[in-house]
Amino acid sequence: MAPLVPSQEELQRRRIIDINAETVTNIPSTDFPGHWPGESHGWALDKFKEGFKVEYHRNDPHEASFSLIGLDAAVANAFRRVLMAEIPTLAIEYVFVHNNTSVIQDEVLAQRLGLIPLKGNVDGINWMRWYRKPSEDEDSTEEDGPSDFNTVVMHLDVECTKNPNAHPDEQDPRILYNNAHVYARDLTFSPVGRQDQYFVGDGAIRPVNPDILIAKMRPGQKIEMELHCVKGIGADHAKFSPVATATYRLMPDIKIQRPIIGDDAKKFAKCFPKGVIALEPVTAEEASQKGSGYEGHAGEQKAVVRDAFNDTVSRECLRHEEFQGKVKLGRIRDHFIFNVESTGQFESDALFLEAIKVLKLKCTRWKRGLSDLMA
Amino acid sequence: MPSSVHSQEHDQSMVDAEPEIDPVMLDEKRVVVLPGSSETAASFQFEGEGHTMGNALRYAIMKNPAVEFCGYTIPHPSDAKMHLRIQTTDSTTAVEALEKGFSDLMDLCDVVSEKFTAARDQFNEESSNRMQS
Repeated sequence: MAPLVPSQEELQRRRIIDINAETVTNIPSTDFPGHWPGESHGWALDKFKEGFKVEYHRNDPHEASFSLIGLDAAVANAFRRVLMAEIPTLAIEYVFVHNNTSVIQDEVLAQRLGLIPLKGNVDGINWMRWYRKPSEDEDSTEEDGPSDFNTVVMHLDVECTKNPNAHPDEQDPRILYNNAHVYARDLTFSPVGRQDQYFVGDGAIRPVNPDILIAKMRPGQKIEMELHCVKGIGADHAKFSPVATATYRLMPDIKIQRPIIGDDAKKFAKCFPKGVIALEPVTAEEASQKGSGYEGHAGEQKAVVRDAFNDTVSRECLRHEEFQGKVKLGRIRDHFIFNVESTGQFESDALFLEAIKVLKLKCTRWKRGLSDLMA
Repeated sequence: MPSSVHSQEHDQSMVDAEPEIDPVMLDEKRVVVLPGSSETAASFQFEGEGHTMGNALRYAIMKNPAVEFCGYTIPHPSDAKMHLRIQTTDSTTAVEALEKGFSDLMDLCDVVSEKFTAARDQFNEESSNRMQS
């Protein structure tokens, strides 16, 4: 028996998650074999390829927005989770305090330093490996401990002094003293070993934003530290997360089921963000159609959906008596609008590709470990 | 940190006598079959995994028509362990279904990657054209 093919109308209904005044219904995906009798929903790569679509909305170095259409929530969510917690980045992990006479305590200062996003040659960062703490045991191997391929060394050496050239009435400490404020730009990178092949010129390891305030000092105070940056992932510590935010939302869907005309239409448009609902005059043709609800309203304004993309799905329109039964809100189940904001170590679009790579790598790993089960 | 993501391919010259395998990769990470399994029904334990792989893998395996049931759970939030239960028809085995799930998920990743790159390149081209005109 050939598999049953559901009607377009039915498929459309399954694609929408209903958003009602008080509840959200039709939530779970049902496109699995055995769910709908007689229908085939088995995995087919060519079918997926055909149905899957990517639309790009925005691509800036620090922020990207794009839609993935034709994907299941389980997979979209995996990408989002990988983006936040499993893409390796570089951050300050070990701080060796040689001298710190500033008022900010060593441990607080070290914590602040860790959170500074760093950037540098991406190839170099990918070339780097995981740092492994030297074990306490006698038989620890030589691979443990810092090396050029797992640790980037930076220094923070600043001393606050009086500025002899300052005007005697000067009030601003930044002019009155030298180095009264310590900024991220004061971090200096000291390449070791083969790091000077990767991290040179524009590729040098440096803070993404040089203007981050690290500490404040007064004359006579001094900070001397050696900072070791290692690779890590967001699951271990949020400072390793390559994204500021990585989110998705489902594409809103608004259906006007019965005509909303005149003053009601104006009120209806006000229930939504600007640009979502437009007002258009009722055409003579519509007005002449019996049972359309437009009879005798030719020339009046009617509400139409112009662009549901910007809707917040606030459900405001469902609170009003006059729109009861005239509008249906929903979200499209397989249309994910991603928003990825990079902290600056990687370009935001490269981050998503990196997330796909990491997910695939995890699969490869586990699959390989499966081979001895198969025997 | 889960060592399941610890890997990079490195360019190495022959002169460098570095360890050939990433040391973190040596960590034993294998799928464990929980007691009480049969050919067509088994529960697997993945160490160091969570909802990221769990749910995506569940989806990929459920898409297999030979699978009667697939579900995943994280039995305790402070244990970094994920359990995956698979029951199949007689036409396949649970382990095969799991392997197919991984393969399908990897194929899916390739398609997403390919289409994403194409869409981005097209978008970049269009926006640079818009800047010029």
